Amino acid sequence: MIDTILSGDRPRSMTLAALLLIILVGLALAPFLFPGVRSLETAARICIFIVLVASYDLLLGYTGIVSFAHTMFFGLGAYGVALTSVHMGRGFDALAVGTVAGALAAAVLAFVIGLLSLRVRAIFFAMITLAVASAVAVLVSQLSQITGGEDGLNYLIPRELTPAFRFGEAFGVKLNGRLLAYYLVFGACLLLFLLLLRVVNSPFGRVLEAIRENDFRAEAIGYRVVAYRTLATCLSAAVAAVAGSIFAIWLRYVGPDTTLSFSIMLDILLMVVIGGMGTMYGAVIGATLFVLAQNYLQTLMGSASDATSALPLIPDLLSPDRWMLWLGVLFVLSVYFFPTGIVGRLRGAR
Amino acid sequence: MMTDAPGHNPTLAALSASDRIGQAMPFILVPLVVVAGFLAIGSSSSWLTLTVAGLAMGMMIFLMASGLTLVFGLMDVINFGHGAFISVGAFVGVSVLIGFGGWTSAPSLGLNLAAVALAILAAIAVTGVLGWGFERVIVRPVYGQHLHQILVTVGGLIVIEQLIQVVWGPHEIFINRPETLQGAITYAGAALEKYRLLAVALGLMVFVAMRLVLRRTKIGLIVRAGVQNGEMVQALGYRLRLVFIGVFVAGSALAGLGGVMWGLYQGVITAGMGEEMMILVFIVVIIGGLGSVEGAFIGALLVGLSQNYIAFLAPKLALISNIGLMAAILMWRPQGMMPVVKAK
Amino acid sequence: MSEPILTLEGVYTDIAQYHILHDLDLAVPRGGVTMLLGRNGVGKTTTLRTIMGLWRTKRGTITLDGRDLGAMATAERARLGIGYVPEDMGIFSDLTVAENMTLAAASGPLDAARLEWIFAAFPPLRTFWRSEAGNLSGGQKQMLAIARAMAEERRLYLIDEPTKGLAPAIISTMAGALRDLKSRGASILLVEQNFAVAKALGDSAAVMDDGRVIWAGAMAELAGDAALQERLMGLSMETA
Repeated sequence: MIDTILSGDRPRSMTLAALLLIILVGLALAPFLFPGVRSLETAARICIFIVLVASYDLLLGYTGIVSFAHTMFFGLGAYGVALTSVHMGRGFDALAVGTVAGALAAAVLAFVIGLLSLRVRAIFFAMITLAVASAVAVLVSQLSQITGGEDGLNYLIPRELTPAFRFGEAFGVKLNGRLLAYYLVFGACLLLFLLLLRVVNSPFGRVLEAIRENDFRAEAIGYRVVAYRTLATCLSAAVAAVAGSIFAIWLRYVGPDTTLSFSIMLDILLMVVIGGMGTMYGAVIGATLFVLAQNYLQTLMGSASDATSALPLIPDLLSPDRWMLWLGVLFVLSVYFFPTGIVGRLRGAR
Repeated sequence: MMTDAPGHNPTLAALSASDRIGQAMPFILVPLVVVAGFLAIGSSSSWLTLTVAGLAMGMMIFLMASGLTLVFGLMDVINFGHGAFISVGAFVGVSVLIGFGGWTSAPSLGLNLAAVALAILAAIAVTGVLGWGFERVIVRPVYGQHLHQILVTVGGLIVIEQLIQVVWGPHEIFINRPETLQGAITYAGAALEKYRLLAVALGLMVFVAMRLVLRRTKIGLIVRAGVQNGEMVQALGYRLRLVFIGVFVAGSALAGLGGVMWGLYQGVITAGMGEEMMILVFIVVIIGGLGSVEGAFIGALLVGLSQNYIAFLAPKLALISNIGLMAAILMWRPQGMMPVVKAK
Repeated sequence: MSEPILTLEGVYTDIAQYHILHDLDLAVPRGGVTMLLGRNGVGKTTTLRTIMGLWRTKRGTITLDGRDLGAMATAERARLGIGYVPEDMGIFSDLTVAENMTLAAASGPLDAARLEWIFAAFPPLRTFWRSEAGNLSGGQKQMLAIARAMAEERRLYLIDEPTKGLAPAIISTMAGALRDLKSRGASILLVEQNFAVAKALGDSAAVMDDGRVIWAGAMAELAGDAALQERLMGLSMETA
């Protein structure tokens, strides 16, 4: 039973299994275990980033392709829901149409980019995605009549998903639409994650790994490397877009900074590498740790900076604004010394 | 093909007419774009202003792109951290210019140029040393692994950008061009910014010097040969690693030079400017053909010219004109205009 | 007999996870041509690349004139005086013939007398001196590849299949040039599939199978014994 749900890809480490279970239970019962608006926001963010990072891992870890356009696809899904909600009015139909449209647009765009770059060299892909993603980000912030520009878009989602919709109380927690929205996020993300797990453990996923290990040999054996890579790119883009749609439903707002910025792209990279490339479960561990650290560690850095304010340079280095500096250092160090990430370590220590 | 034994008349494999046109095509493209711009714009004075602006922009992008493309060609190293050298060069150079404020504000062309020259030298020196360190610490451990190269060099970029903010503070710095380099001269009814003319001249000088080194010196020969077949260069007795480090350092220094020039051109510098420029740099390197200096030069001019023309003709389109240019060239030549032929 | 110029003892070379050479012993005598023979895929090219340091040995020693090459980089080995002609010729096709030759003389400018000697052996190189090497025909490229090895005085020449895919007229040019080189006292290790060429040029021979040398001796002995050839190399040698 569990094997079927996990597509036969067991955690293969007691510690990892325990961690995953804690995260699963923690997220499933988050509204009851950690009541409060901020913790629910954090939990939803973790769910969404797990899917976003896992879909990125399908590219980076399983296919060996570096993309810098993952936030673009994420943003396409988010803006899809936002635009349909604005133009079709609040309703579940708008959410559904927006999600599907966003995913389709992402897949088509991924296909075009793949067509231009993947048939030559995989590294072309990294450069071209960087260029296209930045062009799209500029476009979104400039075309303010359509996208709201830098301010982004606010819109209404169905009343059933808002705090105004109340239906009682359980275990001391008020049952309202926000709770329903959270479980919509949680359920959708769980399904998407299991879907990705299925994909990477299917024959398709095995071929991707064979290509990652040695593309010449895979080609020689008779696999159409470009077709497989392009398909993986499209799939990854579509899932990222759906994650974006879920994010947009949860936030009831989209803007360039929350969905398209390059810094989110770096966050995703970091989560994949720290969690463990090519493991899917790495996405769970990486996203959870990272989002928690982002929310709570920066506060800590602030107090550390204040505490050392008498010293030269140190407070500058510890300032919460320098969060990215330490992430960068951590990132470089993990690629060198920790290339298989936390999951790789846990499995290796088995 | 069968008649080239001694005593027979040797023949070269003949090039067909279409091959020749194909080879010459990239070189024709720049004049073609200039002429198309003239026809589309109509007004010759606007056209001249835009052409100079486009050439200046192209030259500066070329400075930033040339090192990157050579580094890739020589050792198959793709450096996403190259943008860091652009930013550092700009900050070092601008700091020097601010330090020599007396020279830059004096109405003397000599003093102004001396200040700019000092700024450039400082930027080149610092980014060269930084490049040397970057190669040792960041790039060397990940030779031959593209995936890790991309990840690690992106990490290096973040760290250096953040360190810039630690040293120079988190805010952008505004800078005025030196006194005599402000304003424009009027030629044939067109206003030509002096600084742009300087940028064009400097860019051309660097390109010509680089070509001379690559064509006329033994080091240049080694670099060009190494881009095609590094193994054979080593088998002939040259230590390619040393050559590569030299090219990496020179490329970093050129990026630093490009950074100062660009900072003065824009009048403002930020820690993230290198990262932003990298997008144009990558487009240039891709359409030029990875590993090709000439390709990067032509690509840079095409990007600079087309962006300026289109910004004038259809401002909205300018946002995606570079992507459009890249897509068009990749559809025509999937490897870029002048990819280096690997002798394999 | 004098000391061999080059010896390989117990050499193991892996390429990725594949064991290509195992326990290879080979001695190349000073002066004359040593043929390295064997079927396709037995490790002849890998042997030459290992000597050049283009593949690293996992175990074993390689000595050139008594000096251990083990720790040396490819460039250092070349500087000791090894001229190498790889199987794919390794021509720099964007460079002119002249530039290819200039690079080949790593320790200084090209010697004019030497160049005349090379032109005499390979006249097309003079004709196309200023042409891009990529535009040369296959045979001319092979001439250039060997000419590059001849550009300076070398202790040892490693030449990988110089007649592969060439027309008979050009093969005889190649053979003539190599004979000329040999007559000047050069030591050559030559990989060759064309048995007629091997027979005509070779002084001694080493036959490889499955990553090691299985027979070594005088070329004449091998050439004169059809049964031995059959046993060592099967039928894949061209016996033209």
